[in-house]
Amino acid sequence: MIEISHLTKKFDSFTAVDDLSFKVEEGEVLGFLGPNGAGKSTTMKIITGFLGATSGFVTVHGHDISRDPLAVKSLIGYLPEGAPSYPDMTVLEFLDFIAEVRGFSGEQKRQRIAKVIREVELAEVCHKTIETLSKGFKRRVGLAQAIIHDPKVLILDEPTDGLDPNQKHQVRQLIRNLARDRIVIISTHILEEVSAVCTRAIIIAAGRIVADGTPKELEARSHLFGAVSIQLTQDFDLATALEGVEEVADIEPSDEERRRFIIIPAPGKQIFGKVLDRVQSEHWPVAEFHLVEGLLEHFFRSVTSQTAASQPRTSRGARAPHQSANQQQG
Amino acid sequence: MRNMGIIFKRELAGYFATPLAYVFIVIFLVMSGIFTFDMGGFYVRGQADLMPFFSFHPWLYLFMIPAIAMGLWADERKSGTIELLMTLPVTLSDAVLGKFLAAWVLSGVALLLTFPIWITVNYLGDPDNGVIVAAYLGSWLMAGGFLAIGSCMSAMTRNSVIAFILTVAICFVFVASGSEIILNALRWAPQTLVDAVAALSFLTHFDSISKGVLDLRDILFFVIFIGSWLFASAIVIEIKKAN
Repeated sequence: MIEISHLTKKFDSFTAVDDLSFKVEEGEVLGFLGPNGAGKSTTMKIITGFLGATSGFVTVHGHDISRDPLAVKSLIGYLPEGAPSYPDMTVLEFLDFIAEVRGFSGEQKRQRIAKVIREVELAEVCHKTIETLSKGFKRRVGLAQAIIHDPKVLILDEPTDGLDPNQKHQVRQLIRNLARDRIVIISTHILEEVSAVCTRAIIIAAGRIVADGTPKELEARSHLFGAVSIQLTQDFDLATALEGVEEVADIEPSDEERRRFIIIPAPGKQIFGKVLDRVQSEHWPVAEFHLVEGLLEHFFRSVTSQTAASQPRTSRGARAPHQSANQQQG
Repeated sequence: MRNMGIIFKRELAGYFATPLAYVFIVIFLVMSGIFTFDMGGFYVRGQADLMPFFSFHPWLYLFMIPAIAMGLWADERKSGTIELLMTLPVTLSDAVLGKFLAAWVLSGVALLLTFPIWITVNYLGDPDNGVIVAAYLGSWLMAGGFLAIGSCMSAMTRNSVIAFILTVAICFVFVASGSEIILNALRWAPQTLVDAVAALSFLTHFDSISKGVLDLRDILFFVIFIGSWLFASAIVIEIKKAN
């Protein structure tokens, strides 16, 4: 178990991490989300013992990182941001070095290296120097060094950054396989990744936790949860057509496409079926009709961006029909 | 200790994986040859000793040693591998000592490869080989002093060229403080100050060792000097890690 309690990190006058507290249990894959500069990497650097905290404490399986750093460091496998490694070494030399520092020698060391090369698929490049490798391979070398000692805790700072879609898929598969009986913490900007691999997500902004829950729970907290996206084929007064459906709280024009609208349900209500009935019975000019996707992204934006958070929710309801009318004229 | 050995091995292999070690050794040998035979008047003196060889070492080291020390920590910071290294189960002292020792052994290898000069002087005459062994030891200790300064300067910055310049500047102070010019310029000062400045100089301590006088105080000076600068390196690394 990792326990983080009232963790604060200040750089001069700037507070990067501000009174952060949470626990992570075995078997959890924690997605650590937040805008750039929110304090994700700083928190990871403190957990892994690279930086010291200004106040608060971190314990990993009962070991305090500031009192017993070596015990914590031997439990953790860490992929730092950008997957740094020694460019002059070959992949094999590099993994050999890491394995030795991790306390392996002889036959056991050889087996570890062979296993990790198989898992991360590095066989074809293992005699090449790291500086000659592509970004994807460098990232995989970084992953390999992080998992070589079969760590109880795996901390990965943007593990799929710069990978192509196939490689991303591969890395996610690897993370899912590794997740059993251990703690995995990954930081990422890619929210679909969170839904794909994480059992829990923490969103931080300005060094504080603004949301904590399973990806599904967080999606449900988006104001677009259960909202319907509708694409019309010609101008049509949606507001009038939906009058009397009291589950509908709001109609917003989409800022991405003309004649696309988002119908937002009142909190806790389902509207998909009701609206669909009207569409069919009243023969609306509809080209597309589906539930709004990317809810996590909407939720993320609403809790991390200042402007979205400070905008009063109720004002949208009054403005939306008016705006949609304007758009239809233009 | 075990991890210090692993880091030492990696660093030393790193020097030889790139042309750095070979360039360093070749230039070192060529330069020491020029200094000894051309400028030192090895033949003209008609004496069977290696004084002309060793007396140029402080000046040779002044530019050669910062070149191998400059990357010690600056490169780790620049490439981000310092984060990797410092989150592995190694202590800071393992890392500082391991890296220092690797660079020190490299300078030792370069020094040992000057052995043809020793063979030459034995072929031409009958030198006091005890003095020569002492001088080699003194020279290596002095190289360690330069390197320890370099380690600390390299920890200060992520730019290895800046580390090089800083190291040369500080090493120059520690070499020149024992030279006639500086000591003469300090004639106005109280004798204790002049003595203190001279006592901190590499030249003062190296001169007596290279004459074959293995005084414990001179050896201790270099050992403590190296230790202090390495300790300072560790502190600088700890402070600078965050940026």
